[in-house]
Amino acid sequence: MDWINAIIQGALLGGLYALFAAGLSLIFGVMRLVNIAHGDLIVLSAYVALTTSVGLGLNPLLALVIVVPVMAAFGYALQRLILNRTMGDDLLPPLLVTFGLSVIIQNALLMGYSADPQKLQAGPIETASVSLGPITLGVMPVLVFAVAVAVIAGLQWMFYRTALGRAFRATSDRQDIAQLMGLNRAHVFGLAMALSLAVTALAGVFLGIRTSFDPAAGASRLIFGFEAVIIGGLGNLWGTLGGGVILGIAQTLGAKINPGYQILAGHLVFLLILAIRPRGLFPRMDG
Amino acid sequence: MRDLSVSRSTPASTLAMAALGAALLVMFAAPWWAGRAELRLFGEIFLYMSLATLWNFLAGYAGLVSVGQQAYVGLGGYMFFAATMFWGLNPLLALPVAALIGAAISAPVAALIFRLRGAYFAIGTWVVAEVFLLTFAQVTSLGGGSGTSLPVGVVKGLSESRDGREALIYWLALGIAVLVVGAVFAFLRSRRGVALTAIRDNELAAKSLGIDIWWTKFTVYVVTAGLTTLVGGLIFLQKLRISPDAAFSVNDWTAVVIFIVVIGGIGTLEGPILGTLVYFALRETLADYGTIYLIALGVVAIAVMLFAPKGLWGLIRGHRGTELFPLSRRVRGLTEKGQ
Repeated sequence: MDWINAIIQGALLGGLYALFAAGLSLIFGVMRLVNIAHGDLIVLSAYVALTTSVGLGLNPLLALVIVVPVMAAFGYALQRLILNRTMGDDLLPPLLVTFGLSVIIQNALLMGYSADPQKLQAGPIETASVSLGPITLGVMPVLVFAVAVAVIAGLQWMFYRTALGRAFRATSDRQDIAQLMGLNRAHVFGLAMALSLAVTALAGVFLGIRTSFDPAAGASRLIFGFEAVIIGGLGNLWGTLGGGVILGIAQTLGAKINPGYQILAGHLVFLLILAIRPRGLFPRMDG
Repeated sequence: MRDLSVSRSTPASTLAMAALGAALLVMFAAPWWAGRAELRLFGEIFLYMSLATLWNFLAGYAGLVSVGQQAYVGLGGYMFFAATMFWGLNPLLALPVAALIGAAISAPVAALIFRLRGAYFAIGTWVVAEVFLLTFAQVTSLGGGSGTSLPVGVVKGLSESRDGREALIYWLALGIAVLVVGAVFAFLRSRRGVALTAIRDNELAAKSLGIDIWWTKFTVYVVTAGLTTLVGGLIFLQKLRISPDAAFSVNDWTAVVIFIVVIGGIGTLEGPILGTLVYFALRETLADYGTIYLIALGVVAIAVMLFAPKGLWGLIRGHRGTELFPLSRRVRGLTEKGQ
């Protein structure tokens, strides 16, 4: 029973990892950009939520109303002002610029908030639970998982049913032709990054409610998100959710064997999948 | 009909090589003219110069952008500690042994992560570094998560006197820097080096000329990993203490190194050397400001990448392509007109 419980908790944790990954997957799909600062942006969102919720006396879940647009605006500005200058055939500039950004964000947070771990206080919902027979589920993990499913369904709908999604797909296929057809590439990229950081803001707030975080917490969040993307297969959003769930289950099962193995077990499952299915479990496009 | 010839050296490069030789002699004598603190600083400069040259070899020449080279720095430190503490090897023998182990481990790692392309390869290397960190944190005989110190007996095995030890560690650092820069230089001048340059310039064209791209990149990765492990061993011999977080620190062994190469000029031999000198000049003046200095370094690196992607050396050499290391071939005997 313990093991079944661990698997279910792991699957719910996978919802959070899918949220880490969805933003990464989105911008890779639209502009082939891998954002090394993604994890630090998740942590930055958590700090923005901390400041708004403490400053305004809001529940962090309500603070989302502020954090999501703030991060989206930040993403648009970041893309238009900095990242668009690095886009091209050479993958080195975007990689190194986002890597530099990661170090800057991390150290700026360190200066602003110190290295002490912080946590978002969401009140009684944090410890609320529901019982399903012998299994007890936390309300927060179930909520996070439901939000992850909704976000991925929403992104999927946006990609295939809206004008914005059409613009994204067109730019993804052929940037220059899309430009000829009247799409402003710089603007489309800005919107993609804004959307990515809006999802990141959700992920950051849920992360901050679930565990404590510090300025150095970004790296492992980037890695978890990346592993979910690769396990699921590039360019497949539902696959990313599956990848997150697999990663979450691997981690909780690893922790069940020995608490020291939690993260390691996730990495090993990722490397194993890379060894036997290099393109992930449900690939849609090539890296 | 004029006589045409092809040569690699130019007057500038001959002069530079002579100056380099003289500088090396002066630096070799440093234990006799420099104080203890300077000697330690010089040693550190040489170690960073080696790391930067190796990362540049990997990213700037082979196009393998890794953000996980701390995996091999840390592995080198731990292998060096294990070799001296458990197998009783002399520190001077333990260093090459660690390097061989590093190269051997990097081969299967390369086979696995070469399945990832471009930027995803970069994050894959980071995962590998995390796996190494978490694994060594589980090894209780090496201190687990809190780390361990090098026993006094091992340290004394280098030399009985403190001055002798410090001089020896310094010479090792200098020797490794010469070895690393020399090895990369020799590789680039060899047949394989030409293949590598061809791949860097146009992968498809290189492939159609019959160059085995996978194998060439694999060789570069394994050589780089082995040499990075060697540098790592020496870094932790100098520090005398190792812990997983220090050994596999992405900031110390990768972020700083990447900034050095980007600021100095990626894809040239001179860039990382120049970048290291600039970095240490900045660090010695700004170190009192703590985290600000890492932020400043990040801002400078981003600005360089956006506005001068070839780095400081790219600005200095300009369009004429001045080279201090005689690498590229030039045709002699041509005048500017009527070629």
